[in-house]
Amino acid sequence: MVEGRVLIPGNAEGRFLRLQAPISLWGGIDPVSGVVIDPRHPDYGVSIGGAVLAMPGAVGSSSSSAVMLELLREGNAPSAILMASADAILAIGILVSLELGYPTCPVLEVELSALDGTPQGTLLRVTSEGRVISP
Amino acid sequence: MTLHLTTEERAFLAGDHGEAVSLAMRILVSAAELLGAQALVRITSAHIDGCLHHGDGGVEFAEKLVATGGRVAVPTTLNVGALDLLHPDTVRADPSKLAMARRQMDAYVSIGAEPTFTCAPYQVGHQPAFGEQVAWGESNAIAFANSVLGARTERYGDFLDACCALAGRAPLHGLHIGQNRQATVVVDATNVPDALKDQDVFYPVLGSWLGLEVGREVSVIIGLPSTVSRDQLKALGASAASTGAVALFHVAGVTPEAPNLDAVVGETQSVDRIKLTADMVKGALKRLSTADTVERIDAVAVGSPHFSITEFEALLTLVRGRRMAVPFYACTARATLQELEVKGNDLLQLQEAGVEIIADTCVVVTPILRESGGVLMTNSGKFAHYAPSNTGYEVVYGSLEDCVESAVTGLVTRTEAIWSW
Repeated sequence: MVEGRVLIPGNAEGRFLRLQAPISLWGGIDPVSGVVIDPRHPDYGVSIGGAVLAMPGAVGSSSSSAVMLELLREGNAPSAILMASADAILAIGILVSLELGYPTCPVLEVELSALDGTPQGTLLRVTSEGRVISP
Repeated sequence: MTLHLTTEERAFLAGDHGEAVSLAMRILVSAAELLGAQALVRITSAHIDGCLHHGDGGVEFAEKLVATGGRVAVPTTLNVGALDLLHPDTVRADPSKLAMARRQMDAYVSIGAEPTFTCAPYQVGHQPAFGEQVAWGESNAIAFANSVLGARTERYGDFLDACCALAGRAPLHGLHIGQNRQATVVVDATNVPDALKDQDVFYPVLGSWLGLEVGREVSVIIGLPSTVSRDQLKALGASAASTGAVALFHVAGVTPEAPNLDAVVGETQSVDRIKLTADMVKGALKRLSTADTVERIDAVAVGSPHFSITEFEALLTLVRGRRMAVPFYACTARATLQELEVKGNDLLQLQEAGVEIIADTCVVVTPILRESGGVLMTNSGKFAHYAPSNTGYEVVYGSLEDCVESAVTGLVTRTEAIWSW
């Protein structure tokens, strides 16, 4: 079990997907399909939809909040996001989604090295108290 | 660590100043809490990155601000939209998408923001003074405001930038606070030959390397010439903010917070020191192109960040009396285009050479390049970074001179010698 700081609360379940490099959602992820579209990114072609997504870092464009909102609207957002350090740009997309009555997505600030032993694809549950557990 | 709000801010939140301000404050307060801010800070200006259409959620948010009586509380400029409103045929998209993109741009004008539609507001008169607290969106503009102007902003994304503009406040955290503006990484560029450091083409490469290397850390670069230009710093920052989350870099002896190295390197904190080598620079240069071995190009794009008047003058010198064999796009602000129009026949000469001017938007944020795809050549680190994923084009990076020479023949021409040392 891993415990993190709750940035956006919520319960969620999904397959573990750890991105191999930081990503800018804008220019990095298709806002409709949720697929990694940056050909320079090591996870090119992978879909983040429904995943418990571990992000080593968010980089690049400040338009990423808008991409996050569209992913939530389209139903192709990750089911939860685990970030190495709090990043307002992603979280804002989720806060706006809440204001507009669209789905939300819990975000935790987590020491990602605590997940080093967790294989990709492992089913994980994120709780509103900020725990990441294997159900 | 709790967030303290003033009486006035609590009234904003409670809806005493209308629903739009209340909505903005709800988002602002949530953001401030998750960022660990203990207070909000008054801002003197905002730059909103939210008028670019990514999907209809963005339109809904903007129109909600309009419908609930939203009005910006501080002078606010607007970033690029998805349309060139001055040249309506420029953007290819179905009519419903064009209409939504237009609604999104209009909504932000309706709440009182200036229709500047540029990613380089600092080139069209929006220049906060040294030390001013502001809330800016658009990664290159953030880097420029902090680094080159010495104003103070964090990286504000879509929506939060508008919330800050409505409330006239930002979360007091990160780069709004002086001690967080000290460098934790020293980059030593002393070894780079002066001849290379004099060239514009070096700066996007340096920025691209810097963003990958330092991520979100504040860096200070030493060993750059004191003659480094604003356009070179603009290109450096835009590139660094593409490959990394760079919001502030110092250049010792050049940028306003770093009259010397000691001014930005605290005595107590640990600092990483990196000596820039030829391999690092060549690696970053190579990474900017995805199509290093191609011979032909299908288009050229310049102007990310938006072209300045100085850059147009340089372009005009290169293209005057010549004719481009492939489409050549130069992206800029409508205000800069206006300046060109009043400067005699500069604009005419550019157009006669085959340069197509794009205003209000740019080629990597909306469909402008021909659908057939192919190879795009650019002198912009930001275009080089985003074009492959956003346009499907392969990219070749080169200097402005390389771009023009290649566009005239349609064959890649690059000056390689300056990179050898």
